[in-house]
Amino acid sequence: MQSITAVNIVAFKTMVVKEVRRFMRIWVQTIVPPAVSALLYMTIFGTLIGSRVGEMDGHRYIDFIVPGIIMMAVITNSYGNSVSSFFGAMFQKHLEELLVAPVHNAVILAGFVVGGVCRGMLVGSLVAVVSLFFTRLHVENPLITIAVVILTSTLFSIGGVINSVFAKGFDDISIIPNFVLTPLTYLGGIFYSIHLLPDFWRGLSYFNPVLYMINGFRYGILGRSDISIGWSFLVIVVFIVILAAIALRLLNKGVGIKT
Amino acid sequence: MKALEIKGLTKTYDNGHQALKGVDLTVEQGDFFALLGPNGAGKSTAIGIISSLVNASEGSIRVHGLDLETRRNQCKLLIGLVPQEINFNTFESPLHILVTQAGYYGISRKVAIERSEKYLKLLELWDKRHGSSREMSGGMKRRLMIARALVHQPKLLILDEPTAGVDIEIRRSMWKFLQEINSSGTTIILTTHYLEEAETLCRNVAIIDHGTIVEQGAVNDLLSRSMTQSFVLDLKQSPASPPQLNGFRVVSCSGRRLEVEMSVGDNMNTLFSQLAAQDIEVISLRNKTNRLEEFFLRLVGRQASPDENKTDGASA
Ligand SMILES: Nc1ncnc2c1ncn2[C@@H]1O[C@H](COP(=O)(O)OP(=O)(O)O)[C@@H](O)[C@H]1O
Ligand SMILES: [Mg+2]
Repeated sequence: MQSITAVNIVAFKTMVVKEVRRFMRIWVQTIVPPAVSALLYMTIFGTLIGSRVGEMDGHRYIDFIVPGIIMMAVITNSYGNSVSSFFGAMFQKHLEELLVAPVHNAVILAGFVVGGVCRGMLVGSLVAVVSLFFTRLHVENPLITIAVVILTSTLFSIGGVINSVFAKGFDDISIIPNFVLTPLTYLGGIFYSIHLLPDFWRGLSYFNPVLYMINGFRYGILGRSDISIGWSFLVIVVFIVILAAIALRLLNKGVGIKT
Repeated sequence: MKALEIKGLTKTYDNGHQALKGVDLTVEQGDFFALLGPNGAGKSTAIGIISSLVNASEGSIRVHGLDLETRRNQCKLLIGLVPQEINFNTFESPLHILVTQAGYYGISRKVAIERSEKYLKLLELWDKRHGSSREMSGGMKRRLMIARALVHQPKLLILDEPTAGVDIEIRRSMWKFLQEINSSGTTIILTTHYLEEAETLCRNVAIIDHGTIVEQGAVNDLLSRSMTQSFVLDLKQSPASPPQLNGFRVVSCSGRRLEVEMSVGDNMNTLFSQLAAQDIEVISLRNKTNRLEEFFLRLVGRQASPDENKTDGASA
């Protein structure tokens, strides 16, 4: 008999190829818009307003916000990718192609997540390239930078899968990005150092997981941030473990996908 | 060995509707088996459970002797499913759809491409391999799903109403194709509400209605248990009054068309001699309804009558 493990290795590769092909096929919707908005942010906040802001935490304002803008692109795109891919597969029913096949739920989850990570990385790199028009972008710790991007996009890709499982319609897949993700990202210190905040708001900010990701990434690039890098990794990894457990449980129970 | 063995299968949907009420079913390896029943009988529910798309409420299923609950992935390798509704990604090309599906069954990319070519050619879709699957006709989409179900060369092919809404010419070519697949050793189970399909293709049949198997056996046996059949006779001249027949029932008589119902085993000669005695000449004769269909309607019609439904509901 065929080994199910061997089957799942091939199945996983197949899923990744399929996921990457999906977002590359519609690159005008998936790759270009985040690059355009990053360009706008950097022009308006970085150059026009930034020249009046002066320094933030000892860095030029544009240098300070570039890591945040890259991270924002990584977060929204990894999340957006797994939401639209998974929900689309549920909606069009071709998720059934996977459900009838001998593929473990963990592999199904991993396939969608890696798809989201690939899109997050691709878009993040593109935004980084855009930022070269505005700043020199010297990367202090390349390994930490890459690790934070991979972990963060993993986390949000899992979030996207969970969102899809509960979604009944297209409205439901825009609620979380609009009302949870965007505020958390903006309040996660993309544009400011939390040291500027009054005590109360600064205290509250520590409950925002996105703060740890943006600061982890900023540490990777600038070598300095509001949060220690150890805390950043810890928070991200803990969230990944929790969300992955939830996502797997939902898939195993067949919530939203099996009757 | 048995390709499929179902015992005491029940399914109650979340809304409380009991779609299956204790189904027992056995399909031998190599069989061509029809699960026959009217709309809403529970066919797709049963297929959904066998192919892991629907969770069963109770009961056990064995595929080639393997328990579906405990050896699910091994069972999945043995099964190919053609679902009732289109469920492929219409943004992808037929070739991609097949290669991807093969990958989900652990088939390496190189072999997957060869297999996809083989089955797309067999199902006459090779010309369309790079085209948009969204723009294909209903028959082509159905054939694409058959190709997709075969790409991992399953031992048990399950088709849920594969020919519904497909025109007669394509239906016949699909039948021929399925017969070839079956004679090369693949067990086939199909659901249908076309009696002709079951009669033409299948050796064994189970009739399901309201979530219960009401009859099961070889198609030929069921046919021989179908007690009556009707014939339509074309007469040379219209008779002045309907003929009086002893032992046969005149269903209708209008113009030169006479419809007679007789029991299986009745002697046709007796009918003709009685007609001849009344100066009625018969020019031609044809079997009016498919006998399986009559049998089916009697079984299902009885079950589906409103009175029966009430008692059914009360006892459930
Ligand atoms: N997801 C569902 N939720 C509730 N009831 C369902 C669901 N799917 C099917 N049913 C009901 O179960 C019964 C059997 O349906 P189905 O198995 O699709 O029948 P068939 O395939 O024989 O036409 C029908 O009464 C149908 O309305
Ligand atoms: Mg059905």
